[in-house]
Amino acid sequence: MLKLIPRKEPSQAMIYATPFIAVVLTLIAGFALFTILGKDPVRAMWLIFMKPLTSSNSLAELLVKSTPLILIAVGLAIGFRAGVWNIGAEGQFTIGAIAGGSVALAFYPDGGIWLLPLMSVAGAAGGMAWAAIPAFLKTRFNANEILVSLMLTYVAVLLLSLLVHGPLRDPDGLNFPESRLFQNSGLLPLLIPGTRAHVGFVVALFFVVAAYIYLERLIIGFQAKVLGQAPRAARFAGYSERGIIWSCFMISGGLAGLAGLFETAGPVGQLVPSIPVGYGFTAIIVAFLGRLHPLGILLSGLLMALTYIGGETAQIEMSLPSSTTSVFQGMLLFFLLAADVLVNFRLVRTKARVTVPAPELTSAPSPTPSLKPAE
Amino acid sequence: MMTGVPILELEGVTKSFPGVLANDNVSFTIGAGEIHALLGENGAGKSTLVKMIYGVMRPDGGRMTFQGKPYAPAKPSDARANGIGMVFQHFCLFEALSVFENIALGLSAAEAAEGDLKQRIIDVSTTYGLKVDPERLVGTLSVGERQRIEIVRCLLTNPKLLIMDEPTSVLTPQEVGVLFHTLRRLASEGCSILYISHKLEEIRALCSKATVLRGGRLVGSCDPRQETARGLAEMMIGTTLNTPTREKFEPGDVRLKVQDLSLESEEQFGVDLENVSLVVRAGEILGIAGVAGNGQIELMEALIGERSAPLAEHILMDGVPIGHHGPKARRACGMCFVPEERLGHATVPGMSLWENTLLCAGTSNQLANRGIISMQTANTFATKVVKDLNVKTASIRSHARSLSGGNLQKFIMGREILQGPGVLIASQPTWGVDAGAAAAIHRVLLDLARAGAAVLIISQDLDELFTISTRISVIAGGYLFPSQPTEELTVEALGLAMGGRLKEVSEVKEAAVHA
Repeated sequence: MLKLIPRKEPSQAMIYATPFIAVVLTLIAGFALFTILGKDPVRAMWLIFMKPLTSSNSLAELLVKSTPLILIAVGLAIGFRAGVWNIGAEGQFTIGAIAGGSVALAFYPDGGIWLLPLMSVAGAAGGMAWAAIPAFLKTRFNANEILVSLMLTYVAVLLLSLLVHGPLRDPDGLNFPESRLFQNSGLLPLLIPGTRAHVGFVVALFFVVAAYIYLERLIIGFQAKVLGQAPRAARFAGYSERGIIWSCFMISGGLAGLAGLFETAGPVGQLVPSIPVGYGFTAIIVAFLGRLHPLGILLSGLLMALTYIGGETAQIEMSLPSSTTSVFQGMLLFFLLAADVLVNFRLVRTKARVTVPAPELTSAPSPTPSLKPAE
Repeated sequence: MMTGVPILELEGVTKSFPGVLANDNVSFTIGAGEIHALLGENGAGKSTLVKMIYGVMRPDGGRMTFQGKPYAPAKPSDARANGIGMVFQHFCLFEALSVFENIALGLSAAEAAEGDLKQRIIDVSTTYGLKVDPERLVGTLSVGERQRIEIVRCLLTNPKLLIMDEPTSVLTPQEVGVLFHTLRRLASEGCSILYISHKLEEIRALCSKATVLRGGRLVGSCDPRQETARGLAEMMIGTTLNTPTREKFEPGDVRLKVQDLSLESEEQFGVDLENVSLVVRAGEILGIAGVAGNGQIELMEALIGERSAPLAEHILMDGVPIGHHGPKARRACGMCFVPEERLGHATVPGMSLWENTLLCAGTSNQLANRGIISMQTANTFATKVVKDLNVKTASIRSHARSLSGGNLQKFIMGREILQGPGVLIASQPTWGVDAGAAAAIHRVLLDLARAGAAVLIISQDLDELFTISTRISVIAGGYLFPSQPTEELTVEALGLAMGGRLKEVSEVKEAAVHA
């Protein structure tokens, strides 16, 4: 029988090496996968991981795709550090798009320099409002935030569909389920003319730095980390668990909403039912791949965007199935989590079940009797 | 006592863990019918050694011989099959099951099937004076009674060697007496006992031979009856021991006052606090004695403010009602706390020492300004704590979990005391801490009291309380006895208070279960 035994002091070097190990293992597994599919693995790999880096246009696309991933993941990471599991960023992203997009449509065709900031505020507020539901249910009734936030995603997606089929539908749009194209002042300025890269990426960079400061320099970020690592110590310090949960949901919901608005006011330019394409879920992988560290998330966001673009290229050029990208992203998360387990635990082969638990060797466990058998 | 024929021999037993040599070439012999003490400070390698004897771990090198035959248990059931039983310091019992069910669960199928188990439990317990009722729910039993279950469970397998790991830390003095009586009786029948402890007086009273470990090595063996406690202690720690002493003092104003505090426990088998009242004056150290699990945790939670008191007036600090204050607000009034659990409660294990100062010294020492962490002040404060308390650590960037128990406790104590508290409340301040660190901690507590603070110590270690407290009280079953000056108290008196109340509580619980 194999058993996992916790390591006393996990290697710090290995904690930072695991994302790279995961990438390498994904490449190897991908190689095997393409060989089995009868495709040229070298060419597929090149198309996925290298080709996008060779043209300025696809580099710009890299920024377009990584913007929502980074924005969402940075927000999620703060929550994950605190043990607040907001899995519903996709829904908050969608509501952000609806709220921000509705502002543009409400003022249509008027606009001005004030419009985009107003849309951004509405987008973030929309995401926060959607995140407030699991936050409230968690702090008030101790409802599991994973389930609540996840299920609200589907509500949000259906709400978007309802709106673009009804009240927000383009009156001149031949009954297609989509809104008007936003007025020019409601579209994000481009970063590189002639491409789709927009200023949202700069905003994402700003939030990477802001999140770093939040986590490393501010007491409120410190409190979030304490709650995540040692809830009893947070109680001992007198931190408000409720306040921390709320702040984490507001940050992650707000950033997801902002990302949704950027997607709408950026590459898409209108509200369509296909605004939510899974960035909110992929961002969870990005957050963990980036070690829940803002700078790591910047890198992992770019890498994940690369698999999106490269996956599409490979689909077109080698007629690979469209699920290639998801398979790659899934493998990446799988290998990352597996490597993480082995960094924190070691695998031991045991001959038989040990019937009597060993007492702790060095630490001093509480001598208090408790419901579960003592260690 | 008949000794002589060796039952267990260890020759050059060695065990290393990454970075630590837990046992280095340890050799000793336990004779048949001998009560053999294994003595050493925390981290001296006692636990590792007995785990190897009991088959929980395997030695890297060396040989063991049991009853003349090579002995290399791969798992605890091998050890039991050979006739070695062990009573762990922390019990492995299910509170919602009966004594009988717990015992049956702990035996192998063959052992449990042998004859009428219930009758055998009653036989063994009457023979050795270990009164247990097989039908009782474990959740209603005191810690001392639970230990008896563990011992009975071992005795049912007719062991030739019984290993006891720190058995008296959970017992009242009277219960210790009963336990010793049982152990002596077992020994007279030929069962050898390996008795692990750092309580020197007990070892002198009970054991005929002692093996002393220090830093994983065997540093000597002796007949503890021929040694003084001080001599044994010095053998154990390797240097002369400088124990602090209490001075006479004039108590000042009342600083901490708790009146009629009742609080229901949040746990199913927890202890409710019943009308707890106490007063601690400036310059005074009030000790609260008691066997583990008698409301100490609940009292500590209520004092820290992790749980709010029903009325603000239930707890007064310098006359200000603070019963409704949270921990932060209480700290702002000048209270500091040292909870029992060092890792995960007093500190965040995966955070560095300087980050751990932010946990509760943040406001009092301006380690943060308007929500922004001042790394420099926090670093300076952490450095001062490490220096003043002589904490052995690689740097203030080391994680809390990388420190040994004693060093981490010194750090926590320093973090609290350097905030200059008016009231310090500490639970088990020297639990699992080596003698050197314990003496250092006692010294800072005495200094703090001398400087005018009121100190409240909750401890299971009566020696500790008699050394440093000015007054001592007993908590039992959530009820706090009125305190008395230390000079007027004896260990026996305290033990009777604990035991009497415990019996009463146990009976009430039993009645509640059957009602």
